[in-house]
Amino acid sequence: MTLTHFVTKNAFRNKRRSLLTVGSITFSLLLLTLMMTIWRSFYLDKGSEDSAQRLMTRHKVSLANFLPEFYRQRIRSIPGVTHVVPITWFGGKYKDDKAENFFAQFGTDPTEFFKVYTDYKIPPEQAAAWQHDRAGAIVDEHMAKKYGWKVGDKITLKGTIFPMNLELTIRGIYNPPTSTDTLYFDAKYVEESVRWFRGSAGLFASLADSPQSVGRVATTIDDAFRNSPQPTKTESEKAFLLGFISMLGNVKAFILFICGAVVFAILLVSANTMAMSIRERTREVAVLKTLGFPRKTILALFIGEGVTLALVGGLIGSLGATGLVGLVAKGGGFFAGLSVTPGTMGVALLVAGLVGFLSSFAPSYTASRLNIVEGLRHIG
Amino acid sequence: MAIPISYNLRNMRLRKGLTAMTALGIALTVATAVFLMALVAGLNKAFATTGDAQNVLALRKGSDAEMNGGFSLDTVQTLRSLPGVAKTADGQPMVSGELVTIIVLPRKDGTGEVNVTVRGTRPVGIAIRPNIKLAEGRWFHSGQREIVVSKSIHGRFAQSDIGQSMRFGKGDWTVVGVFDSGGSAYDSEIWGDVNQMQSDFDRMGGVSSVYLRAVDTASAVTLAQRINDDQRLHLDGVLETAYYGKQTKSGDTIKFVGTFVAFIMAIGSSFAAMNTMYAAVAYRSREIATLRILGFSRFSILTCFVLESLLLSLLGAAGGILMMIPFNGMQTGTQNQSTFSEVVFALHMTPGVVITAVLFAVTMGFIGGLAPAWHAARQEILVALRG
Repeated sequence: MTLTHFVTKNAFRNKRRSLLTVGSITFSLLLLTLMMTIWRSFYLDKGSEDSAQRLMTRHKVSLANFLPEFYRQRIRSIPGVTHVVPITWFGGKYKDDKAENFFAQFGTDPTEFFKVYTDYKIPPEQAAAWQHDRAGAIVDEHMAKKYGWKVGDKITLKGTIFPMNLELTIRGIYNPPTSTDTLYFDAKYVEESVRWFRGSAGLFASLADSPQSVGRVATTIDDAFRNSPQPTKTESEKAFLLGFISMLGNVKAFILFICGAVVFAILLVSANTMAMSIRERTREVAVLKTLGFPRKTILALFIGEGVTLALVGGLIGSLGATGLVGLVAKGGGFFAGLSVTPGTMGVALLVAGLVGFLSSFAPSYTASRLNIVEGLRHIG
Repeated sequence: MAIPISYNLRNMRLRKGLTAMTALGIALTVATAVFLMALVAGLNKAFATTGDAQNVLALRKGSDAEMNGGFSLDTVQTLRSLPGVAKTADGQPMVSGELVTIIVLPRKDGTGEVNVTVRGTRPVGIAIRPNIKLAEGRWFHSGQREIVVSKSIHGRFAQSDIGQSMRFGKGDWTVVGVFDSGGSAYDSEIWGDVNQMQSDFDRMGGVSSVYLRAVDTASAVTLAQRINDDQRLHLDGVLETAYYGKQTKSGDTIKFVGTFVAFIMAIGSSFAAMNTMYAAVAYRSREIATLRILGFSRFSILTCFVLESLLLSLLGAAGGILMMIPFNGMQTGTQNQSTFSEVVFALHMTPGVVITAVLFAVTMGFIGGLAPAWHAARQEILVALRG
């Protein structure tokens, strides 16, 4: 019998207890992996290559203020900018107030849209059909499936910001790298019906010629409008989106709080189990010592057991999280494009191993220092 | 006959370490649940306490939020002459056309920029909201570039002390006062003179919403209905309380995440409790057999161990709630889903939150204790005595 075998045998000799411990660690690690995945996608992920090249320019005062349309030409003339399109939030209501019927709708310029959003794929004939119909719209593949829309379907969006309703015909279904559940339509439709909106735009999305020039282009754009009545704020698409997340509140502290509570809770659980199972085996430890096993080996045996249990739980937990994230990401919307990376899984396993080590260290240490005679006398 | 509860208490005390660790595990889960529930409760409080049942809000038809509004001063004139509108001491109708917009301000602690709601109002607008008190300084003067900030804005943003000036719109605004609205949604706003704001935000003559104060709560309902029905106005009339009440949906994200996190952690903690209880049963199998011989029924053994698990979880609940008490009242912010601006609220441990937390812990204890207790009750006396 090798020592590894001995450890595994021992780890699962009280099956019920081991299963419960592993189960408890599994659920905790599942949660931890989920939280780390969200953290990573919010704060560490740089987005796709095309996304890294895109810039968003908005009114410096706030998103609620419009920018003049002529800014588009000015931005276009800035070296490093290849294409610019206006993007205006319509905020219309589809059918009713229900949350499942809420999705983003933006007015834009169909002729240049796909030149800025180069990573959005659409059949060329559908793009052309959209460009030829002022009341046309394109929707993302995921939401088309969700609402059962086909090319040619007609939908109505009730305006809340703009005093008008959009009667749109779906002309195309596009496929973005991660589903965004967004509808785009021709901004001219709104301009024709709403007098005060004529000649303005909500934001401008522009494409830089390389990811390296994004920072420089952003400052050049903002400098160009610094002293005009409508100063701008330009940032990368990722930073722009992160701005919305930061408005949800102190998300970082929130995630850290949960992670901290989870890690500490599993530490307690597994320390508890290890203490129980080692105390039960006091007499066995004494026997092992009598047989001549050195203290170090005994310490390693018990720590190995704790780490094994924790790692099994960690593995199941992070695999479960991977499955869950995959399932949720398929649902699209906010979590679209989320996935558990091998790195995140590695960190989760490392945490599990560390918890196993820490929780078994104290009881194992006590066990390894046991006086043989007293150990043999132990009842329990 | 039931086994006295002191038996359980003594047993728990005997294995102090085990009891404490399990209870602490449950306590952490309860603390997380309390934290998340208190967030939602605080947010709900901010919206639920906003508004006066006597006030009616007129919005452009179809628009859900004040910020999305926009209608002319003529309409405001029509609204001023509606029956049922209260009058000020000098006979002016209590109707206030207001401009609401959002601006971006950097947080004081340097954790990024936040959208903040700015409200252009007028003296009558302040009179319409008697619940809002001036905490420091004075109200803004009409025609001046002066602002009054809410207490929580005062605490969270730079340049918000009296005498300092904030830069937004087309220039600097001097802070002349701090107001306190008692934790309502107005606590996330900056107020200034409506005419000044209109020129700064290029909205000359336009207002985004109109507040009307009715003579009493009953006429407020009629007034709202009248605004709704008037075809000329093309406006929606809502009670101020109803308008803000609807915005509680801003807490839905936190609620969803909170429920999910609490649920997963509860499963983990139930397993841990189960483990402890199984150990407790195994440890005491001879004792249990003795109790059976003494004449205690299987049922009393079952209840005895379930009870012990419940005690353990109650201990955990108490610990968890105690852990969170220092955080009660802590201020934080989240995005208001209707206005896209930050709404500030305080963590609020309501009696409801505490009761739910206790029930939550008891459920964990029950689930964790039932199987081991069942196991204990079904033990064969002879086998157990020999073991």
